[in-house]
Amino acid sequence: MEIGLAHYLTVAAILFTLGIFGIFLNRKNVIIILMSIELMLLAVNINLVAFSAHLDDLTGQIFAMLVLTVAAAEAAIGLAILVVYFRNRGSIAVDDINLMKG
Amino acid sequence: METALAMPDLSPALAEIILAVGAMALLLIGVFRGDGSSSRAVSSGSIVLLIVAAFAVISQPDGRVLTFGGAFVMDGFAVVMKSLVLAGSAIAIVMAQGFMARENIDRFEFPVLILLATLGMMMMVSANGLIALYMGLELQSLALYVVASFHRDNTRSTEAGLKYFVLGALASGMLLYGASLIYGFSGTTNFDVLAGVIALNGMSTGLVFGLVFLLAGLAFKISAVPFHMWTPDVYEGAPTPVTAFFAAAPKIAAMALLLRVMYGGFADAVFQWQQVVVFISIASMALGAFAAIGQTNIKRLMAYSSIGHMGFALVGLAAGTPEGVKGVVIYLTIYLIMNAGVFCCILAMRHKEGPVEEISDLAGLSQNQPMLAAVFAMLMFSLAGIPPLAGFFAKFYVFLAAINAGLYALAIIGVLASVVGAFYYLRVVKIIYFDNPAPAFAGPMESEIRAVLAVSALFTLLFILYPMPVLKMAEGAANSLVPTVEAAEAGSEEAPAVPAESAH
Repeated sequence: MEIGLAHYLTVAAILFTLGIFGIFLNRKNVIIILMSIELMLLAVNINLVAFSAHLDDLTGQIFAMLVLTVAAAEAAIGLAILVVYFRNRGSIAVDDINLMKG
Repeated sequence: METALAMPDLSPALAEIILAVGAMALLLIGVFRGDGSSSRAVSSGSIVLLIVAAFAVISQPDGRVLTFGGAFVMDGFAVVMKSLVLAGSAIAIVMAQGFMARENIDRFEFPVLILLATLGMMMMVSANGLIALYMGLELQSLALYVVASFHRDNTRSTEAGLKYFVLGALASGMLLYGASLIYGFSGTTNFDVLAGVIALNGMSTGLVFGLVFLLAGLAFKISAVPFHMWTPDVYEGAPTPVTAFFAAAPKIAAMALLLRVMYGGFADAVFQWQQVVVFISIASMALGAFAAIGQTNIKRLMAYSSIGHMGFALVGLAAGTPEGVKGVVIYLTIYLIMNAGVFCCILAMRHKEGPVEEISDLAGLSQNQPMLAAVFAMLMFSLAGIPPLAGFFAKFYVFLAAINAGLYALAIIGVLASVVGAFYYLRVVKIIYFDNPAPAFAGPMESEIRAVLAVSALFTLLFILYPMPVLKMAEGAANSLVPTVEAAEAGSEEAPAVPAESAH
C-alpha cells in the first residue's frame, strides 16, 4: 500500500484533535496544556509539509519553518507566564485557576 | 534567478521598519540605563516613535502597492486602519504612565511590548497572504500575553495572562490548521491568487473547512461569541491601562484582517462565510447585551460591552458590500475614541489605598466630581447608541449597510440587542446620579488623562456637527479595499498582481 496525501492528512487531523482534547479534558496540570498546544502546531506542520510535497511547491515548507520558530517563542512565553503564576499562587493545577469567574 | 534575489521594495513597509528598529533601540536604552528612571523616557520615546510611524503611514502614495513577493500590501484601507491602530497604541501608553507609577510597575518593558504588539497589528493590517497573516498575528499575540500578566506580583494579573495565553494559543492553532487546509486545497498562500482560484474553481470542501477554522481563530482575536470566554477574565485581571489597550487596538487590527481575508481572498465565497459571520454577529450582540446585565465589576462590564460592540461591527462585515466596509471602519473609529474616554474615567476610579473597580463605587460621583460624572454619563449614552452622540452614528451606518444588503433579520436583531444593551449602560448612569453617595475618589486626574478624556468627550458630543472627515476616510478605505476584489475577479486567468520589486 502506498502512503499518500490522505494518510498524512488523517494523521495530522488525529494529532490535532488529540491536542484540542488535551486542552479541554485535562484537569490536572497546565504543563500538559502546553504540550497539547505543541501537538496541535506540529499536526499543522505535518499538514503543511504533506501539502507542500503533494503540490510540489516550497511555500508550505517555508511556512512550516516559520511555524516551528513561532512555536518555540510561544512555548518560551507560556512557560515564563506559568512560572510567574506559580510564584504568586503556589500551584499550577488547572482547577486552581479560578480566581475570576462569571 | 537574479530577480528572486533582488532586494524587495522596502518603502511600503517604512512605518513597520521604523517601529521595529525603534522598539529594539528603546529596549537597548532601557536595559543599559538600568531600572528606575528609564521608564518615563522610554514611554515618551515610544510615543514619538508611534507618531513618526503614523506620518510614515499617512505619507504613503495613493494606490495599491505590493512588496515582499506579494505578501505585503499597502493601500488606502491599510493607511486608515494603521492610523487607527497607532492612535490606539499611543493613547494606551499615554494613559498607562500614571497608573503604572502608582502601582509600582512602571518598567520600561511596557511601552516596548506595546510597540512590538503594534508592529504585529500593522503586519496584520497589511497581510496579503496566509504567512504574513500568521506572523503578524503571533507577534501581536505574544506581546499581548506578556502585557496581560504585566503586574507580575498580582495573582489576578498573572491568572489573566495564563488564561489569555492558553486560549490564545488554542485559537492560533485553529487558525493555523485552517491556513494549512486553505494552502493545501488552493495551492497558494497569497490572497490575490486565492481569489483567482476560487473564482475559477469555486469552493471545495477542504477550502470551506479551512475557511471555518480561519474564521474561528480570527473570531477569538476580536472576542466574538463562541470564542469570547477569555474576554471577561482577561479584562478584569489585567491592569486597567492594559485593558484599555486590549479593548481598542487589537480589535481594530483583527477586524481589518478579517475584512481583508473575507473581501480579498474569499470575495467569491460570500455565500459560505456570510452565514457564519451572521451567526457570530447575532450571538455576540445577544451575549454582549444579556450577560452584561448582572455584572458588578466595571471592567467586566466593559468586556461584555466590547463583545457586543464587535457583534455590531460584524453586522457591517456580514453585509458583504463596500458600504458594509465603510460602516465597519466608521464603527471602529468611533468605538476607539469612545472607549479611550470610558477607560480614562475608569482610571479615575481610585481611593487612597489603590484602584477600585466595582460599579457601586461610582455612586455619588455626580456630587463629588460633577464634571467627570457628566462626561462618564455621556460616554455611557454614546456606547448605548443614544441619538445625538457619536455611538448612534456608528450603529446607524452598519445597520444601514445590512438593510441595503437585504439582511433585514440581522438588522432587526441588532437594534433589539442595542435596546437591551442600553439597560446596563443606563444602570451605570443611574448609579452615578441617583444612588446614595459612596466615598469620593482620591486625588485629581493626571493632566494627560484629562486631555485624552476631553478629546474623546468632544468627539463623541460634536461628531454630529462635523462627521464628514470620518465618513470620507471610511469611504476611501472601503473603495480601496473592494475594487481590488473586482480587479482580481476580472483578471482571474492572468497572473496575480505584479509585485512592486519586479518593476525595477
